[in-house]
Amino acid sequence: MSAPGTVAGADRIAAAFRRPGRRAALMPYLMGGFPDIAGSLAIGHAYADGGADLVELGVPYSDPLADGPVIQAAGTRALRSGATLDGVLGVCEGLAERMPVVVMLYANVVYARGIDAFTAALRDAGASGLIVPDLPLEEAPAVLQACDAAGLALVPLVAPTSPDERLARIGARARGFLYTVSVTGTTGERAALEDSFGPIIARAKAHTDVPVALGFGIATPEQARAAADAGADGVIVGSRLVRAAAEHQDDPARAVRELVSELAAGLDL
Amino acid sequence: MTTESTITHRFGPYGGQYVPETLMPALAELEVAWAAALADPAYTSELAELLRDFAGRPSPLYLARRLSEHAGRPLYLKREDLNHTGSHKINNALGQALLARRMGKTRIIAETGAGQHGVATATACALLGLECIVYMGVEDTRRQKPNVQRMELLGARVSPVEAGSGTLKDATSEAIRDWVTNVGDTHYIIGSVVGPAPYPALVRDLQRIIGDEARAQLLEREGRLPDRVVACVGGGSNAMGIFAAFVPDADVQLVGVEAAGEGIASGRHGAPLTAGNRAGILHGSMSAIMQDADGQIIEAHSISAGLDYPGAGPEHAWLRDSGRATYVAVSDADALRAFSLVTRLEGLIPALETAHAFHHVLEEPSESTLDLLCLSGRGDKDLAQVLEMLGAEEL
Repeated sequence: MSAPGTVAGADRIAAAFRRPGRRAALMPYLMGGFPDIAGSLAIGHAYADGGADLVELGVPYSDPLADGPVIQAAGTRALRSGATLDGVLGVCEGLAERMPVVVMLYANVVYARGIDAFTAALRDAGASGLIVPDLPLEEAPAVLQACDAAGLALVPLVAPTSPDERLARIGARARGFLYTVSVTGTTGERAALEDSFGPIIARAKAHTDVPVALGFGIATPEQARAAADAGADGVIVGSRLVRAAAEHQDDPARAVRELVSELAAGLDL
Repeated sequence: MTTESTITHRFGPYGGQYVPETLMPALAELEVAWAAALADPAYTSELAELLRDFAGRPSPLYLARRLSEHAGRPLYLKREDLNHTGSHKINNALGQALLARRMGKTRIIAETGAGQHGVATATACALLGLECIVYMGVEDTRRQKPNVQRMELLGARVSPVEAGSGTLKDATSEAIRDWVTNVGDTHYIIGSVVGPAPYPALVRDLQRIIGDEARAQLLEREGRLPDRVVACVGGGSNAMGIFAAFVPDADVQLVGVEAAGEGIASGRHGAPLTAGNRAGILHGSMSAIMQDADGQIIEAHSISAGLDYPGAGPEHAWLRDSGRATYVAVSDADALRAFSLVTRLEGLIPALETAHAFHHVLEEPSESTLDLLCLSGRGDKDLAQVLEMLGAEEL
């Protein structure tokens, strides 16, 4: 494996989406710094052990507007236990040797560091991509330019509410993959919503050339498989795993490893 | 009012739309609906009628007798405290509730700090038969209990927010999350000149009636413009409303008064414009905010729930940078003293928010020869808190 930062992020992400024997890439979400920095690194390794293809690494934020109660609470706890951006980038560095890391954080964290200094720090930590849920198309150009220059994939989001003309403009500028939000809402587990997967995935795929990953509300192997059945190239699972880590504080790594294995099995050919 | 000039996304480098993609189509829909409403006499005349007959506009302009004597110069008060529901918030709530009905939205959400915007929104929703949910920090539900009771009487559901410091910032974040989830049938009546575009411009346009009226009233009374226009600033809607009419009058000084809390140096304040720290993003727009080195939002502190907010409207940040307006901050203790002084001297019980502006006008030296202050709200809601804090002190 190349040293972190020497392979362009988008290429590394693309390779992870083409893993042989798997119908759709599995991308668990990890709250960096939860329950603490070392604990989150251990959980991230457990994701890789369980069969994750990539990891979405969240930087905790004081006002996470796109997140539901489980991820919000984990972020609050992480901040209270002293998590910083640099601390979470340390987790990124540790995990980037095993799988591509796509860092997820809110726009103010990027601006607070300064866009160029931020993307340089991300690249140096071995990250492959960046997701900023409150940086829509109209606000993204400066960050996109800096990410392109640093070899990082700026992954945009599309939502069920996005009209076709927006999907086309967002899809055309997508790097790495297109994060497709499965529901109108914040992150969090939901009862069966598989029926809606097909149309939203089909719309997303019609408007982009990069892989389409489905997220928000996917918690079970059945839902993950349904997303793959509906044509998703990747599946993102967040709150279910963060909840498991919170509920099994004696050995969170073991709890999430089992869940990730089950999710992976649901996606294997 | 023209439709082109009202919907501004950026004020210099400030403003913008930093929200989840889910909301972007709703913001575009709101912008189109607002432009259409402004051009539609059915909307503007219904709003004008409600502001007159329901809210009690125009609000009087009052030349304070004993406070002018105390200040050593004439002090005119724009009496937004006399509006129905007791503050300027009704101007915006009625305008947005009518807009929501035009847009076919049946469910209204709002955030509130002091409770004044929540009460105004609950009132407008009762009037128009709209479902209303108000997010309010748990800390604020305690210190503003009468307003919680009023909202509930009006048929609104008050949803306490436990997150963070349990104040206005957290209530606003929770309202935005609700909107992300229920955007199809829900309109978010944001209470100040904050949030993603088009809200800062939309709320300013609904509040500028304060300044438009005051400017005409003062010209009629004095035959001249004031030297200074002074208003308190939390998010900054009463200030933006009164400033807007005077921005083109270059000789009129515009002064926004923020909450210094326990002092700017203490870090426990609500004065991002005065403190002048690095700009950042809060609740969907770039503006002056309170944040740490990593960009985490810092919890504000103020004696007054309505100023207890770590941000300010993007247009204020631009008025500051462009030199058109100046911003100062007044401490908890000084605001409390001004509250007592205004009550005793003039027979007016101001909101604690407005008491900050009063302190600046009454106690800080100035060469002004004629002041105009926005008396943004009345202090009935603050009585229990003030009595407790004054405690053993002689009132």
